[in-house]
Amino acid sequence: MLRLEGLRIVQGDFTLRADLEVAAGRRVAVIGPSGSGKSTLIGAIAGFVEPQAGRVIWDGRDMTAVPPGQRPLAMLFQDGNLFPHLSVARNVGLGIDPRLRLTAEQRARVAQALERVGLAGFEDRRPGEMSGGQQSRAALARVLVQGRPLLLLDEPFAALGPALKAEMLDLVAGLTEESGATLLMVSHDPADARRIADEVILVAEGRAEPPVATAGLLDNPPPALQAYLGD
Amino acid sequence: MAGRAQPVNPWFGGGAAVLVAALILGCLAAVALRAEPGAGLGAADWRAVRFTLWQAVLSAVLSVAFAVPVARALARRRFAGRRMLITLLGAPFILPVIVAVLGLLAVFGLNGWLSDVLGWAGLPPLRIYGLHGVVLAHVFFNLPLATRLILQGWQEIPAERFRLAAHLGAGPGAIWHLLERPMLWRVVPGALAVVFAICVSSFAVALTLGGGPRATTIELAIYQAFRFDFDLGRAALLSCIQIIVTLIAALLALRAAPSGGFGAGLDRPVRRWDADGLGLRVLDGVAIATAAGFLLLPLLAVVLAGGPGLAALPVSVFQAAAMSVLVAAGSTVVLLVLAVPMAAGVAAGWRWIEAAGLLGLAASPLVLGTGLFVLIYPVADPFSVALPVTALVNAVMALPFALRILVPRARQVVADHGALAASLDMRGLAFLRLVLLPRMRAQIGFAAGLGAALSMGDLGVIAMFADPQRATLPLQIYRLMGAYRMEAAAAAALLLLVMSMAAFWLLDRGGRWHAEA
Repeated sequence: MLRLEGLRIVQGDFTLRADLEVAAGRRVAVIGPSGSGKSTLIGAIAGFVEPQAGRVIWDGRDMTAVPPGQRPLAMLFQDGNLFPHLSVARNVGLGIDPRLRLTAEQRARVAQALERVGLAGFEDRRPGEMSGGQQSRAALARVLVQGRPLLLLDEPFAALGPALKAEMLDLVAGLTEESGATLLMVSHDPADARRIADEVILVAEGRAEPPVATAGLLDNPPPALQAYLGD
Repeated sequence: MAGRAQPVNPWFGGGAAVLVAALILGCLAAVALRAEPGAGLGAADWRAVRFTLWQAVLSAVLSVAFAVPVARALARRRFAGRRMLITLLGAPFILPVIVAVLGLLAVFGLNGWLSDVLGWAGLPPLRIYGLHGVVLAHVFFNLPLATRLILQGWQEIPAERFRLAAHLGAGPGAIWHLLERPMLWRVVPGALAVVFAICVSSFAVALTLGGGPRATTIELAIYQAFRFDFDLGRAALLSCIQIIVTLIAALLALRAAPSGGFGAGLDRPVRRWDADGLGLRVLDGVAIATAAGFLLLPLLAVVLAGGPGLAALPVSVFQAAAMSVLVAAGSTVVLLVLAVPMAAGVAAGWRWIEAAGLLGLAASPLVLGTGLFVLIYPVADPFSVALPVTALVNAVMALPFALRILVPRARQVVADHGALAASLDMRGLAFLRLVLLPRMRAQIGFAAGLGAALSMGDLGVIAMFADPQRATLPLQIYRLMGAYRMEAAAAAALLLLVMSMAAFWLLDRGGRWHAEA
């Protein structure tokens, strides 16, 4: 279970507060107007943004002071999720050992993960030699071998076309289903939330609201959300 | 990004910066303490100070004055070979001074091509030793640099402005007032300051083309006090003067300098509508042809004069060449061991490291040499460590340039990949090995190429420290010239030219070979 306890993030004259819990295994969309602080919230959970007050707690353990790479989570950024000079296999292997000293058994796990995301045989390709969708799959293969109980997505599929994005979201849903991982994904598109999210965290007016069931929220949006969604 | 999400360990770079600062400041302090103010500066010393400043002013003004029409022509003309010519403008930076001097003598000297032409016309031959020769060589080296700096100014005028001016019917005169003069007003002071700063610590040019009481720079006076009078106290006193002059010139240049100079994007000509008149086209053609001839003829002369003698080169030249390769290799290794961690440290947020790297600009090679001599003398025979000292001084002198190449790239790599690395818990050596070094390969190769070529062609500290048994190739060429063995000197100069260019090419290419975008 992820708990944000009295979290206060200050960046210049912008303040974001969060006091909420996400149950283990849930798939949660973080939506809200642009500039409302969705990415900032994810960044604080991942350890890239230092909160001024409050705590980030995972399964009862305070992670607020833990460096990003040692938190029990995997993250995909908006872009730059692969190192362009490393082969796909090495990029995925970094999820097992950031020094890339892999045993034969670990290399087999990399191959399995690539197969699971539909990239069997792509081991030696460079990211630049693959399409946007294939790059996203490679990044998801790394998430798979990282095997972390929490997955954070900061709109990694925003640059993909609608069909491809839906395909990736379904893949993410499948992967988290299998591993039982908790998912938090930033999105500015309510359709993404409807597609795979059980619950929605609304970020607006300097607050991240506790998660509520997706359908209920989107069908009867509160004023702040309604202003964002429009008609 | 939060400080703790930092994949680079800045301590190695900090350590390297402290070493560099300690070395440079140590040398300066040693020189200052060893100086004997009691003797004071004699008339000859003051003459050296005046000559140093005067030739630097002349060199700067002439380089920039000639560079303006050349840069303007390059900015507004498109022609075959334009790219190559602009690339070539970067070449003098790594061209050994002694090679250029031999080329200039072959073209402009007493028995040179130009004197031959004048002879047919019944005119007396040229004499370029002294102030003329020193300034000529400085213009040869700095006209290309000034052209690149000013060309950059032209390229930074957005193409849309020229389009708007054309739309409004502005002719060449109106464009000059509207766009070009304000740009030059901004760029020219920087170019003047940079050339001036380079020329105030001129040694090899003054050694070969100057000399005598009327054409001695401070650097040359340090060398003479040291080598001919064995007067370390006076050498140290002169070094103090040189430090003050270099420091003021470097501060001026840093304040006024236009950014870049190594900059990319200079090969993009801007479409112009105002310069299609025949007169302007002829003017630009003459400017480009004259500049190209001025730069290429001396190099052609080196090739023509050196070619025949290559087969009969004395063994001493090959021994010296081997020494030069050794010094250049050592200097390049030292340069990279210092510069790469320092660049990584700057990228990690330790900005002061960059300032330590710039300290090299405040010291001239002969001042560092004098300082090292003072420091080494009590513990060892300085002449026995001539080669390591040369390699070290060359590395320190190349450091500001290397950092200028490496730092922006290191910053970019950390900005692009730092967060991903941090999220994967990739830090320190793993980040260095897997991300930073592979992503900086092209820049490291370029910096190493510059460092190796600069060291290969350097005629500075080695002239101070060398004994008769030891010489690098540039020094050996100087000795051959002194012995009037001009054919052997020309052939050795051709060899040095090839070696310097090859060192640069190999390292620069090596860095870019198979590198991913």
